Amino acid sequence: LLQVRTADSPHPRFDLNNDASLVIDIPDALCERDKVKFTVHTKTTLSSFQKPEYSVQRQHEDFIWLHDTIVETEEYAGLIIPPAPPKPDFEGPREKMHKLGEGESSMTKEEYAKMKQELEKTVQVHEVFLQRLSSHPMFRKDRNFQIFLEYDQDLTVRRKNAKEMFGGFFKNMVKSADEVLISGVKEVDEFFEQEKNFLLDYSSKIKDATAKAEKMTRSHKNVADDYNHISGALNNTAADNNTAFKKHLEKCAEVFEKLRKVEDRMASDQELKLTELLRYYTRDIQAAKDLLYRRARALADYENSNKALDKARLKGKDVAQAEENQKQCLQKFDKLSESGKKELTSFKARRVVAFRKNLIEMTELEIKHAKVRRLKCYVYHYMFIRQCSGILI
Amino acid sequence: SNDAENTAAHHRNTLQFNTYSHRKQLFSVCVTLSEATEEVSLDSPERQPILSDGPSPVITPVTPVMISSRADVFDRSPDQDEDEEENRDTFDIQISVSDPEKVGDGMNAYMVYKVLTKTSLSIFSRDEVCVKRRFSDFLGLHSKLASKYMHMGYIVPPAPEKSIVGMTKVKVGKEDLSSVEFVEKRRSALERYLLRTVKHPALLKDPDVLQFLESSELPRAVSTQALSGAGILRMVNKAADAVNKMTIKMNESDAWFEEKQQQFENLDVQLRKLHASVESLVCHRKELSVNTASFAKSAAMLGNSEDHTALSRALSQLAEVEEKIDQLHQDQACADFYLISELLGDYVRLITAVKGVFDQRMKTWAKCQDAQVMLQRKREAEAKLQHANKPDKLQQAKDEIREWEGKVQQGERDFEQISKNIRREVGRFEKDRVKDFRVVIIKYLESLVHTQQQMIKYWEAFLPEAKAIA
Repeated sequence: LLQVRTADSPHPRFDLNNDASLVIDIPDALCERDKVKFTVHTKTTLSSFQKPEYSVQRQHEDFIWLHDTIVETEEYAGLIIPPAPPKPDFEGPREKMHKLGEGESSMTKEEYAKMKQELEKTVQVHEVFLQRLSSHPMFRKDRNFQIFLEYDQDLTVRRKNAKEMFGGFFKNMVKSADEVLISGVKEVDEFFEQEKNFLLDYSSKIKDATAKAEKMTRSHKNVADDYNHISGALNNTAADNNTAFKKHLEKCAEVFEKLRKVEDRMASDQELKLTELLRYYTRDIQAAKDLLYRRARALADYENSNKALDKARLKGKDVAQAEENQKQCLQKFDKLSESGKKELTSFKARRVVAFRKNLIEMTELEIKHAKVRRLKCYVYHYMFIRQCSGILI
Repeated sequence: SNDAENTAAHHRNTLQFNTYSHRKQLFSVCVTLSEATEEVSLDSPERQPILSDGPSPVITPVTPVMISSRADVFDRSPDQDEDEEENRDTFDIQISVSDPEKVGDGMNAYMVYKVLTKTSLSIFSRDEVCVKRRFSDFLGLHSKLASKYMHMGYIVPPAPEKSIVGMTKVKVGKEDLSSVEFVEKRRSALERYLLRTVKHPALLKDPDVLQFLESSELPRAVSTQALSGAGILRMVNKAADAVNKMTIKMNESDAWFEEKQQQFENLDVQLRKLHASVESLVCHRKELSVNTASFAKSAAMLGNSEDHTALSRALSQLAEVEEKIDQLHQDQACADFYLISELLGDYVRLITAVKGVFDQRMKTWAKCQDAQVMLQRKREAEAKLQHANKPDKLQQAKDEIREWEGKVQQGERDFEQISKNIRREVGRFEKDRVKDFRVVIIKYLESLVHTQQQMIKYWEAFLPEAKAIA
């Protein structure tokens, strides 16, 4: 059983709680065996809610259910659907947790720290998902969203029912076949043409940057691990040696242990600020692309409905029906265009704000860590120098 | 400036060991760093620069850390060494190995290194000598020293390893990064080898060492072509193994030897593990450098793609910062390697030499035992001849007894001498290793400070760029 209080976390999160009428956060998360239970805390002044404050337990699958129902809601076709949070990934630590449950070995300090870091990451991304919904004028009114926040029992049953309702077929999910079809559609609107080109290019660039950032973070962690092994090896060597050398080795082991701590912290900060930022926006860009594709499909539908109307007029059959169809297609397309333009504009603003915030925070953390490391090196350096001059320590 | 450069080069190339007694309060310790550093000297204990949070303390390129070793310590007993702290002389010799030059072509090509010795010691004919030596010359020197001194219990520093792969690349003429790295690694190893050798008080005075450092022409060490320093040690150890397999086990009357041997066994194992961990660090640091550079490129591309002007610019700046940081990682990897990894490698080989010396003692003891057995036999033979009435044979037997009595005495003296030498050598080794490791950790910390200093600079320059995103 591993519990993390995110309030204690040194990492400030994506702060989207601008509007006090609906404030959501995840104050803690519990890791039990291989399941993570998030505590979702809501404070609201909205009349649509029965109580002003809620605290419920949710699992990752509940978030996915919420995401999917929103995707499937026709009303939201013109909106950028906040990307679903990825499944919490504990890999090795999960096996360790499993063994812990069976009363086997205990977790080392390092394993515990790694798990805690993973938990912080996953809390951040689940929290952002909810905050995106709460800060959007339309999503915040969503009935299922409210249920998610309010319902004080397990959502598992409701989820199962929902699956049956949809029959596992998600109409609004963009399939790859659609993508090919849709990029062939001729775009009339300058704004959307530009957006399409931008998003396609940016999407591949940010995917690449994410992958490279992940590799960089991984290398930092490897270096931290090496410092750990070196520290251990120094202590082992010190174990059966004479006084002067032993003391020296032990001091060296201390140095490397301190280096490890800073490197570890730096690696996890870089991950949270940079890598997670890039990962998130890779998903968000995809959500924006999905909107474009939905609109392009609506355009294709409209064009098809025009063709059908012409055909009906020619044949003199079912003209009224065809006219009605065409009118509806046009309405849908216009609605998606209008809403899409707003969404894409605010998406850019949101992206810029998030990058700015995270780049600043990352830079400040890098400076802080470098200063800490420098200071510690100075202290040890000074101490070793004094040892040289014969002043024993 | 040229002066700073010279000092830096001087420091980089020499392990100069001097010290002032701790009674002398003035102890100026400064450190050599490359270009972009500022100045500080941690002199008197009153100064506490590191604890203030003000402007970054600085480190100056001046004389390196000084630690001494007496020139003729081998005449003194281990107890007397304790008193050395009180009045050390300065031991002044600097050696640098530099300017590797390729001579010849194809598979017959070889590298020649410049060996420069600067000293004020009187055993040298000049203050400054410069000679040219090739790798096999170093091996030749080591094999001579090993054959002269190892059986006496002296710890002869091992020569650097041969590398067929590395050398072939150089011969074939590949000018790529790995060849350059290989040559630098070897140059550095040769330098450390010479410094360690002259640090040994007996070896410093050895005529072969003097000839190596001073004489312009050196006879080719042909016999060592196939042997590396480690090769010689292996041979020596094989002989020792043969000794160990003898049925007569040495009665270790001296617990000190048993204890020390065990310690060195353990140290061998531990140092190898430590070395492996450091090699892993070097490897991962290099990976970090590559990945940082790769990310930098990717960030630049992302910046180009970004249509918001200020964010686009910030991303490009981020890419530039990461490129600079990549360079820092590379520098740090060098420090990781040349300071720590190579030192550990040297010590792993040194421990093998130490173990070899203990085995030499066993061999000496065995020889002594053999002589005693032989003497006993001769005495028995003589006793038999007493009643045989063969006056010539009897006389011969008596002569042989005297001969073997002499050998026994010599054997006992040898054993006593080697035991005494080993005690002293081990004492010196144990003192030196503390110094060596201390110097290295100090330099390593300096390299880290330098890296952090630069990092702070880069990120502080980037911060306003990030804040400027509107």
